[in-house]
Amino acid sequence: MRAAVITFPGSNCDRDMAVAIEKISGTAPLRVWHGDAELPDGLDFIALPGGFSYGDYLRSGAMAANSPIMRSVVAAAERGVPVLGVCNGFQVLTEAGLLPGALMRNAGQTFVCRTVPLTVENGQSLFTSGYETGSTIRIPVAHHDGNYFADAETLDRIEGEGRVAFRYGETVNGSQRDIAGVLNEAGNVLGMMPHPERAIEDAHGNSDGRAMFESILASLAVA
Amino acid sequence: MKVRIHVSLKPGVLDPQGRAVHHALDGLGFAGVEDVRIGRLIELEVADTTSDEVLADMCEKLLANTVIENYRIEKVAA
Repeated sequence: MRAAVITFPGSNCDRDMAVAIEKISGTAPLRVWHGDAELPDGLDFIALPGGFSYGDYLRSGAMAANSPIMRSVVAAAERGVPVLGVCNGFQVLTEAGLLPGALMRNAGQTFVCRTVPLTVENGQSLFTSGYETGSTIRIPVAHHDGNYFADAETLDRIEGEGRVAFRYGETVNGSQRDIAGVLNEAGNVLGMMPHPERAIEDAHGNSDGRAMFESILASLAVA
Repeated sequence: MKVRIHVSLKPGVLDPQGRAVHHALDGLGFAGVEDVRIGRLIELEVADTTSDEVLADMCEKLLANTVIENYRIEKVAA
């Protein structure tokens, strides 16, 4: 798998993401800096990691969404390249207009850092085919701005289209309808607040995140 | 020309910060506060020739997130 992990100033989960991709695919991803104008050619997968890009100035993800590399990421997403945004990466994808909605300050006002249960709402996507629809997995969250908001019409539409990939199994941050992860219309862009890259081996406490990377890898094998 | 961009949360969007500040005002004994909403003020110094359309474009593309926020453009006499 020819993958790329994008690093913005203030990203802090880029190494974790790269390690997870390498451990599961066997190939180290390319590391791309936010100021690069173009992505490397022939990418199979792009990951936007967690962190606090640009110190969350203005709004979480807002500055990163306008950094030079994002034009190229948006173009790749529109060509169908799988793009995964985790935590700050999810915030960047909504700010860049690749996913609907916005991520606001947690309703409880506090930073939430713990492992939470997630219900797999859609086990058919290229990111989630390794999970059973309706199953519960446990993945860590660590965020201050994870409160998913979209208007009722948008929420109804994405639910109807099977674009809610994951839902929290307990109250975490005040997200509308407990939404934890959202797919784009074409199904090749996924944003989620929980960190699958932090749950890939026994030393992490659980390995429920592995199936996500295995799913992406499997989707490339059939493509 | 000085321009102030007032960014506020749309009605109906929960404002946890505003709620916490409201609670704190109550705690300080200020009676009669019915609601608190927290927004953002952005001051720009721009060329006098900058059009309203360009200012609105700045708000739409970066200064506000129109999924959750409204904005108001105020031109301030120099």
